Parts: sequence; structure tokens; C-alpha cells
Amino acid sequence: MSDYQYDNQTVKGFIVSSIFWGVVGIVIGLWISVQMWMPSWNIAPFFTFGRLRVVHTNGLAIGLGIGAIFGISYYIVMRLTKRPLLFPKLARFHLWLFNAAVALAAVSLFAGMNQSLEYAELEWPLDIGVVILWVMFAVNVFGTIIKRNEDQMYISLWFILATVVAVAVLYIVNNLAIPAGLTKSYSLFAGVNSANVQWWYGHNAVGFIFTTPFLAMFYYFLPKSTGLPIYSHRLSIIAFWSLVFAYLWTGAHHIVYTPLPDWIQTLGIAFTIFLIAPSWGSVVNGYYTVGTDWSKMQSNYLTKFFILGITFYGLQTVQGPTQGLRVVSQLIHYTDWVPGHVHMGTMGWVTMTAAASIYYIIPKIYNTHIYSEKIANIHFWLVLIGQLIFSITMWITGIMQGALWKATNADGSLKYTFMEGLSKNYPYWHMRTLGGLIFTIGMLFFIYNIYMTMRRGRLEPAGAKA
Amino acid sequence: MAGDLYNKPILFAIVATVVILIGTAVTMFIPMLTSEMHPKLDNLKPYTALQLAGKDIYQREGCNNCHTQTVRPLKTEVMRYGEYSKAGEFAYDRPFLWGSKRTGPDLARVGGKYPDEWHEIHFDNPQSMYPDSNMPAYGWLKDERLDPASIERRMKANDFPYTPAELSQLSDKTELTALTAYMQVIGTAVTGPK
Repeated sequence: MSDYQYDNQTVKGFIVSSIFWGVVGIVIGLWISVQMWMPSWNIAPFFTFGRLRVVHTNGLAIGLGIGAIFGISYYIVMRLTKRPLLFPKLARFHLWLFNAAVALAAVSLFAGMNQSLEYAELEWPLDIGVVILWVMFAVNVFGTIIKRNEDQMYISLWFILATVVAVAVLYIVNNLAIPAGLTKSYSLFAGVNSANVQWWYGHNAVGFIFTTPFLAMFYYFLPKSTGLPIYSHRLSIIAFWSLVFAYLWTGAHHIVYTPLPDWIQTLGIAFTIFLIAPSWGSVVNGYYTVGTDWSKMQSNYLTKFFILGITFYGLQTVQGPTQGLRVVSQLIHYTDWVPGHVHMGTMGWVTMTAAASIYYIIPKIYNTHIYSEKIANIHFWLVLIGQLIFSITMWITGIMQGALWKATNADGSLKYTFMEGLSKNYPYWHMRTLGGLIFTIGMLFFIYNIYMTMRRGRLEPAGAKA
Repeated sequence: MAGDLYNKPILFAIVATVVILIGTAVTMFIPMLTSEMHPKLDNLKPYTALQLAGKDIYQREGCNNCHTQTVRPLKTEVMRYGEYSKAGEFAYDRPFLWGSKRTGPDLARVGGKYPDEWHEIHFDNPQSMYPDSNMPAYGWLKDERLDPASIERRMKANDFPYTPAELSQLSDKTELTALTAYMQVIGTAVTGPK
């Protein structure tokens, strides 16, 4: 009955691009993890820690994260609207421009063009490029959904629409700047106010790049992989609206005990605690979905990716609010605990969910089966173990650092100099590199598996029917 | 009927945007309109051309990835670093440079703590002073000359006062000198310039 065709080439293009930038970002991540314990691995001026770290975070957030979001969202939107993209040529150009922008972004960050706003480091000409990319994405997503052939919009489309509008608002506001030449600008916002704007942005970049689009994938691919319907539609409605409402209040938990007015900090902390509820709404929905038939964990290799992914999302959204509390923040803020926290989310939840979605998509659009479930299982265990070593090591180090900074002698004087505290970190920093290495090897198994699947199958010219 | 929302994408997007903007307005936009968010200490001076050049280098090299610039009002933190940070100290920072990770120590009170020579030796080879330090060396900054024309554009963008003489003196200064000058001014507004 359906004679429409899906634009699979663009989906594939984004997936391959995101994997490519993912490799770049992960390798740089390994590199900077070595720089932490071996300063001779800094190569001035382009490859010092201060420059490489932002290439790592931007490369993975934009290159891997947003690349996967673009490609996988296009895939989901086409299936849920039962029609091709409204503007397939625009999507092709979008793909091309995306790769050009990420490449330019990496070069500009190596060159030290840096606004010093976390996760918004790119200078203003590239910011304009990012906004154009986002508008292209929005036009296709909105256009395709408006012209859809399916009456109801499924949960995943809600999350994608929320992502499109929220990221646009966040990115544009936080990047407003006064240019001083092509490669340098000064934020429109100063001092305390700029801190408040930045962390309103910074926390919600996590919310609307690393959370809502990946929940869209989770809600789409979990039922698709397992054949089990989402447990509760009502729960997903409640979870969606409370999530997008509460997220925007919470940014100030990043700047607890700073000169930011106390009431904003307290409000941010309170909403952060509240945010546990909508986050766990999706976690519970996922568990109960598979809960009707737990044998899927064994019989379907993708189920464990999604269930472990949502488990790390659940842990992340309990650990995060805990960290926001003043009594916890004063111990672990500014320590390695925080990268430990972030990497549980990115390595455990985001990458796990994206990889599982890609495992589902690639055989579908190549009209074949996955090359090897065994390799997928090896991939699963390696990234799981690598991430756990990384995160747990960093939590231990973080608590130790916080405690050493606070330790006092009987007479009330400080017990350790900063340097004495730093020296004790080295064994843990070695362990982090080991964890990262194991994770990276796991990702190589994933890439090999995807590559071999592509080789054995054949990409349908403009896509097959549903 | 509420169910209609889920088959009307434009309406859905508008409602979602409004929901998102509520928290944005209360915690970010409305505070921005109040004087509470724009404090300035009486002692705080705009950066000089040399200091601004140094601050730009601090940002270019991503120093804020490992160093914070905010002392929390906690007992041991004040003992370690000095007076806790005040809201009015950062009015000329676009953006703020508080940072979020202390791989190295906080720098909010580093101004005037050491002589210029200390910084120059330390930047050149941090491990010569602290064998266990993991900080990259920045000795190469002493081979980089400042560009007065570029710095003038930056002073203008910030609306900071400067004199032509001040700018012309920059051409024989190095980036290391500028970065050191910036180090020496950080956090000094609490007690006034030294």
C-alpha cells in the first residue's frame, strides 16, 4: 500500500559522520586523560590540555551527539509520520554543512578561539553556522510532522519537538556576544549575570541534547526491538511535561556557594530534587515495558543496551540531584567526582542508547541482519566495564580530593597543601585512562560490527517501504 | 480537549515553548533585569590593555578548564585561598571565568600573591617549582608578541578606557608579560590595587 520512500542515505550519512567524529572525540579524550598524569603529552600550542579538552567535549557533544540526533531523529520522524522527509535535498545539504561545521569547529578550537562558556565555546561565526544547521533541522522536522500521514504524534515526536525549540532558545541566548574581530568576541552578559545565563544554558544543554532526544530514541527503539509496547502512555505524558517544565529551573546547582544570589541557588537545588520524578518516570516506564517479559534480555541482544542505558540514566538523575545539595556540593564540587558523573551519563546512557539505535537502524536500511550478535555482546561488556572503571575511580578520587582540601590539623590549620592533594590523584588518573581505553576498544568492536553489517547488506537506493 | 495537543504539532510546540520559558523567566530573565545581578565593587577598575590581552590569553589557552576563580564561603577554602568571592568583583568579565574544575588551585586571589618573576619561571616550567605538577608549560608565550591593533579592537568591544601611548607600549611586550599582568590583577578589587 505504501509507495513512499524513505531517505535512507541521509540517515546513514549522519550515522557514519557521527561515528567518525565520535572516534576523533574519544581518541582526544584518551589523549587528555594521559595528559592528566603525563604533562609531556602536551604539545604547545595546539595540543595542550586547555585546548584539547574543549575539542573533546565539543567533538563528542556536537560531532557524535548532535550528529546522531540529526540522523536518528530523521529516521524516527519518517517512520512515525509514515512519509519521507518534506525536504530531502535540504537534509542532504544539512548533512554536508554539518560535517563542514564540525571540522571548522575543531580547527577553531585547536587554534584557541574559545568563548570560555562550557559547551558553548565556539566563536560567533561558528555559532551562526550552528544556528543555521539547527534551523535546517527544525524546518524538516516540523514540515514533515505537519504533513504527516499518521494522525497521532507518538511520544518520541514530542521529545524531538521539545528538543528543537529548547535548544534553539538556549543556544542563541547564551551565545549573544559583542564581536571584536572575526575570531574573538565578548559575551553580552558580564560577571554574576553571565554565570547565571551560562549555567541555565549549560545544564539544559545536558537536558535537551543528552536527555530528550535520547529519550525519543529510547521510547521508539525499545518497543521496536523487543516487540513490547510502552508500559504506560499516561506515565510518559506526565514524565514528558514535568521534565521539560522542571529542567529550566535547575541550572544554578552548578554554581552553588558562588556569589550568585542565594535564592536562585536554592530554587535551582529544589527543582533539581523535583527532577528525579520525571526522570524516573521514563526509567520506570522502560523497566515495566520489559518487565512484561524479562526473557527479552536474553533473547534480544539490544534489550540489554536499552535497559542498562536507562539504568545509567536513572542513576545519573539521582546522583545529579544529590550533588546539587549544598552539603554534598561543598565536598565534591570542583573535584574529579564531576567528570565521573558526566561520563556515567555520556558513556553509560547516551552512547549506549545511540549505539543500540544504530544497531537497529543499519540492518533495517541495509536490508540485512546484524553482522554479529557476539561482537555486539563483546562491545556491550567492554563499554560497560570501561565506563564503570572510569566513573567509580573518579568518584573515589573526587571524595578524596574534597576531603584533603578540607582536612585540618588539631590546631585548625590546613593539613595538606594543594600540591600534596594533587599528588595523591595519580593512581586514580592512571585508572581512568585504563577505563577509557577499555571503553574505546569496546567502541571499536561496535564500529567493526556496523561496518561489516553495511558491507554484507545493500543500502536501499531511496529506502524501502516501512 | 487535551488529547488534541498530540495531533497538532504547532500547538504542541507552542505549549512546550511556554512551559520551557517559565523557569527561564523566573531564574534567568527576570533576575537579569534587577540590579542584584549587576553589582560592582567601588575598587573594581576596568582592565588595562595589557591586562585584557592577558585575560584573552587565559581564555585562549583554556586555563579555566583546570583553574577556578571563585572562593566559596567555606572555612577551609578561605584559609587556603583568601577572602571569599564577592558578587561585585566580576563586572568586567565577559563572560565570568569561575570555572568548574580544580585540577590546579583556585586563582581568585592570586593577584599580588607572588612576584612577576615567580609567574614567569612557573609558566616556563611548572615542574621546576613543583615536581608533581601536571600543568603544561607555557614558556612559548614569551616568544609571542602582542598585537596592539587587535587589542585596541578588544578594548573598544569592552568599552574600556585606554590611551594611544598605552597601546603603543604593547608592541614590544610578550604574551607571557600580558598573562602575568592579568594574574596580578585577579581578585585585587576586594582590597584595592596594590
